Amino acid sequence: MENIIKGRVLKFGDNIDTDIIYPGGYLKERDPKKMAEYAFEGHEKGFSKKIQPGDIIVAGKNFGCGSSREQAATCLKALGIAAIVAKSFSRIYFRNAINQGIAIITCAEEIEKIENHENIEINFETGKIKAKAGVYGFPPLPEHMLSILKDGGLIEHIKKELSAGK
Amino acid sequence: MGMTMAEKILAGKAGLDKVVPGQIVTVEPDFAMSHDNAGLVIKQFKQFGLPNVWAKDKIVIPLDHRTPAESVESANIHKEIREFVKAQNITHFYDIIEGICHQVMVEKGHARPGELVVGTDSHTTTYGAVGCLSTGIGATEMAAIWATGKIWLRVPETLKITVKGKFKKGVYAKDLILHIIGRLTVEGANYKSVEFYGDTIERMSVSERMTLSNLSMEMGAKCALIPFDSVSEDYFKASGLPFDKSKAVYSDPDASYEQTLDIDASALEPQVACPHNVDNVKNISAMPETIVHQALLGSCTNGRLDDIEIAASILKGKKVSKNVRLLVFPASRTVLLQAIEKGYITELIQAGAVVMNPGCGPCLGAHAGLLADGERVISSSNRNFKGRMGSAAAEVYLGSPAMVAASAITGKITDPREFV
Repeated sequence: MENIIKGRVLKFGDNIDTDIIYPGGYLKERDPKKMAEYAFEGHEKGFSKKIQPGDIIVAGKNFGCGSSREQAATCLKALGIAAIVAKSFSRIYFRNAINQGIAIITCAEEIEKIENHENIEINFETGKIKAKAGVYGFPPLPEHMLSILKDGGLIEHIKKELSAGK
Repeated sequence: MGMTMAEKILAGKAGLDKVVPGQIVTVEPDFAMSHDNAGLVIKQFKQFGLPNVWAKDKIVIPLDHRTPAESVESANIHKEIREFVKAQNITHFYDIIEGICHQVMVEKGHARPGELVVGTDSHTTTYGAVGCLSTGIGATEMAAIWATGKIWLRVPETLKITVKGKFKKGVYAKDLILHIIGRLTVEGANYKSVEFYGDTIERMSVSERMTLSNLSMEMGAKCALIPFDSVSEDYFKASGLPFDKSKAVYSDPDASYEQTLDIDASALEPQVACPHNVDNVKNISAMPETIVHQALLGSCTNGRLDDIEIAASILKGKKVSKNVRLLVFPASRTVLLQAIEKGYITELIQAGAVVMNPGCGPCLGAHAGLLADGERVISSSNRNFKGRMGSAAAEVYLGSPAMVAASAITGKITDPREFV
């Protein structure tokens, strides 16, 4: 995980549920590249074509509510989403995103002022998001979660632990 | 300061005398459940290169989401799961005959008071109904449990809900929990443990309590616990299930609650959760005329014997509207057998219902019974998200099994009090 992420914003509202991010009809898909094609299919048909690697999702409250389906995080990882910033996350989505190695930022400040497609900068060292309308602070993740992210996700993290004989 | 139920269970599991909300603990679950998504868990587990899973008798795999397989892809996933189960000698595997994972977990005795269960399904919260701390997790962290037996969990804040009074005729546990979600919103219990108290809850059967614990997930709850009592004890005894009463936990009188909510059950009328969020809840009396094309009775929320019984009592001797398809998905084989024995299935089929095999069915839009563009469904299930049951141009309304049955007769969303 880089200390500074810069990218284009994809803006969403409150309560973006897992059926919007990854509809249940595609759960039998197992190849992350195919999953990527269906990302946000419940939001707008073919939306994944509008996503570029390095894009940053900025959303409102309760992002990822609903199902525990990890595909809703895997598909965004496969598309190269650099980070997800939201006012709050549903608890299982929060876990899944970290476990997939997606940088995740809970920011209670006025991020709704951030505009779709503007370029923002996230600095994990200072805990600040720099956008056109202002600078927004966010608290760091607990050390345990940060270490999973730094290893690139839970699989690599556990592999490291297993080889260290923990 | 005393501890809440969730704090006591997590402290016990972590080997600590005391835990506080926000603390992160590493714990070993008593059971780890995965359904069809065990396919994904297996794929991740194989990346660790380990010869064996951590505990073959603590992993539970019931197949329910796409059963019997609706596509070659699902058939291949099921096949791989069966092969893995055989190779690893997994003790608790329930193939497509048994039914919905959450129902099977309780029926087969994998959900027990004072214990900890994790599952790769959000509605794993259901087992709180028998005093078990149960919560949903993702597939990759389940693979990590299969490898190490461990998972980190955050100790949740607790929300105490006290419900007093008798329901009016035609009002059920489903209406109560929809009302609560409407008041607290879809993130009102996010990350939190919910505890239910009051004489209304004490009078409820385990099945009704499961509806509460199950649907608490729709306000974000991590777990939703109901203290183990004589009702739950009778359920375990009648079902021939082993349990250890001494493991049951109870909140201390001086436990700290982040929030409390008091509800008068006698003031409630039937509730409808309108599209496309579960907190968009209305009183039935406030609903405009709403034509439906399908009525769905089933799911882990409301597919049990008492749900089928109430629907059958309403539909007995009547006819499902010719403009409505009534689909019935019993929650499990056990439920279906009991419903056949009691004659409910005959009554439902005579009324015009299509009875399907136990499983998730169209609840998550992955199997049979999907909706077309512009269609509406009244459903006893748990989610009304856009596109949840098929077309993104369809609408899902949630209500009690009685409301589903009444609406199937009239062809529009109907107050069940006219029929009970």
